[in-house]
Amino acid sequence: MSDILVKIRDLHFSRGTRKIFDGLSMDIPRQGVTAIMGPSGTGKTTLLKIIGGQLRPDQGTVEVDGLNVHKLSTKQLFELRKRMGMLFQSGALLTDLSVFENVAYPLREHTRLNEAMIRHLVLLKLNAVGLRGAAGFMPSELSGGMSRRAALARAIALDPMMIMYDEPFTGQDPISMGVLVSLVSELNSALKICSIVVSHDVPETLSISDYAHIISAGKVVESGDPESLRNSKSEWTRQFIHGVADGPVPFHYPAKPLLEDLYG
Amino acid sequence: MFSRLINKIQHLGVVTIAVFQRLGSASVFLLEVVASCPGVFVKPSLLIKQLYSVGVQTLIIIVVAGLFVGMVMALQSYYALVDFGAEDSVGVMVALSLLRELGPVVTALLFAGRAGSALTAEIGLMKATEQLSGMEMMAVNPMQRVVAPRFLAGVFSMPLLATIFSAVGVLGAYLVAVELLGLDSGAFWSQPQDKVDLYLDLYNGIIKSVVFGVVVAWIAVFEGYDCIPTSEGLGQATTRTVVHSSLAILFLDFVLTALMFAK
Amino acid sequence: MTSRKIEILVGLFVAASIAAFFMLAMSVSNMSSYSGGESYQIKANFDNIGGLKVRSPVAAGGVRIGRVVDIEYDNESYVASVTMEVSAKYNKFPLDTAASILTSGLLGEQLLGFEPGAEEDYLKDGDVIDLTQSALVLEQVIGQFLYSKADE
Repeated sequence: MSDILVKIRDLHFSRGTRKIFDGLSMDIPRQGVTAIMGPSGTGKTTLLKIIGGQLRPDQGTVEVDGLNVHKLSTKQLFELRKRMGMLFQSGALLTDLSVFENVAYPLREHTRLNEAMIRHLVLLKLNAVGLRGAAGFMPSELSGGMSRRAALARAIALDPMMIMYDEPFTGQDPISMGVLVSLVSELNSALKICSIVVSHDVPETLSISDYAHIISAGKVVESGDPESLRNSKSEWTRQFIHGVADGPVPFHYPAKPLLEDLYG
Repeated sequence: MFSRLINKIQHLGVVTIAVFQRLGSASVFLLEVVASCPGVFVKPSLLIKQLYSVGVQTLIIIVVAGLFVGMVMALQSYYALVDFGAEDSVGVMVALSLLRELGPVVTALLFAGRAGSALTAEIGLMKATEQLSGMEMMAVNPMQRVVAPRFLAGVFSMPLLATIFSAVGVLGAYLVAVELLGLDSGAFWSQPQDKVDLYLDLYNGIIKSVVFGVVVAWIAVFEGYDCIPTSEGLGQATTRTVVHSSLAILFLDFVLTALMFAK
Repeated sequence: MTSRKIEILVGLFVAASIAAFFMLAMSVSNMSSYSGGESYQIKANFDNIGGLKVRSPVAAGGVRIGRVVDIEYDNESYVASVTMEVSAKYNKFPLDTAASILTSGLLGEQLLGFEPGAEEDYLKDGDVIDLTQSALVLEQVIGQFLYSKADE
């Protein structure tokens, strides 16, 4: 049982003519919260989809728990996915099922447990995220934060070995944000799993991460634990981590000099 | 001026290739859907639910439309035949028109507009809200759970609906011909009994409606699955479903009629 | 909407369409001519069959008793040979029954009419009717009429 759960080597991926990943390599440890951060549009969601086998890289390998994801047969891939939980940005709850039914869905599909056991498990999972009282609601009746929590309960239904979070904190009010942040951290330590958080909410994400990778232009720019990233020597990393308005990523979109534009 | 012409031709070429490419990906999609169909019968409740939303909910439109179409046919046939003293043949005319053509075709057009667009919208919305992705990541095959049941429901519902349409149409025609216009009810029923053939007319009509069902269901689920996952993309997809289905129905109707009813 | 209610409605839907199918099959189509049960075959030769077609009705006294199943032109004897199936319950046609091609209704639908003769033996499967009257060909009728007028 190696220390590293997800091993990505020399990943190349393009969408149309745009090159999204250009020789990306990273290691994600088996236990702990690992953050993958970067500016919008760097393909962080795409990376999660590649790890989950939904997208195929043009080049390079992705290994999860020693298995090369893209060389698996469909059946083997489905078996692997049962051990992965994924929390989508929008929650992705099935809209025609109640919260309870949504969380029960993976249990009903993949296990042969009887109804009583399923009910116990579902209620326990919902309790872990604080939504046991909302079990009967339909997804359309939930607020954004609540539907993410419900989706989280669903993601842990099968007790996976890793959970991937796609921008979990984006657009949340302070209380929901606080709830989600503490949930990610507590679940990770309680279940002793690997949590991969893809985000660009730097303060929140770094506050719970054990390790972080920063991606830009299709490669890993810097990796390290939160403290070392905050004190990084790299200008680029400093601009990103501290949210500085002008730096390696310029404030002004490339244009003629101002005087020329006004009087030229 | 010449270069503009070249550009137009080039554009036409690009569009044509894009059409073929889309047709190809749609065909591959159809094969995947058909391959997932046997899996649906493992969990028939999905199919039943779709039969309800696709079939039962289209029933009202079909019954009302069938009634009015039958009534209009009776009126028009009467006006056409009464000059020849052949008004007793109204029953035959209506029955043949409904069973051979109007039943399958009008039902299919209404079905494409109501149920087809609804299927596209449902699947497209599930794609846009990442529910399909979510299912994949939960190791559930969205083809089997979402697409195939809807496809099968469309294929099964069409012949059922077309039969009901024709039957209601004949009844509507009866109401108009016998009650309203005063034709002899015996003649109304007995002439078709001679002229309308069980195999040639009734069965062929059903075969037509099955073919239409496959085509409409195919287009509807494909457009939904393939749509651009934004609200505009969804709107475009549902429009495409209705337009393409309607054109395909009319074209296939011609082909099938030529094959089936040629002497 | 509980799943039980849904199942009931779907069941009703399917039942309704089956009922519609039977209604159409029984009352509107010629299903009875297919389920007519036993039948026997008779042949008859005509000079001209006019508009008679395969599946045209065969009637006696105006009542439908069978249908035409095959029409062929005999190259040897230069006649049109018509094969028909008659329902087995009408098995008492004498050997000298006459078969004529009649027109029913104004739309010109043609049918084969049987006029029973007086013989004692009855037509059996495979028999050939000798007494036949061909269809009226419009040109011949007009020609006859003109000649008869000219004679007067």
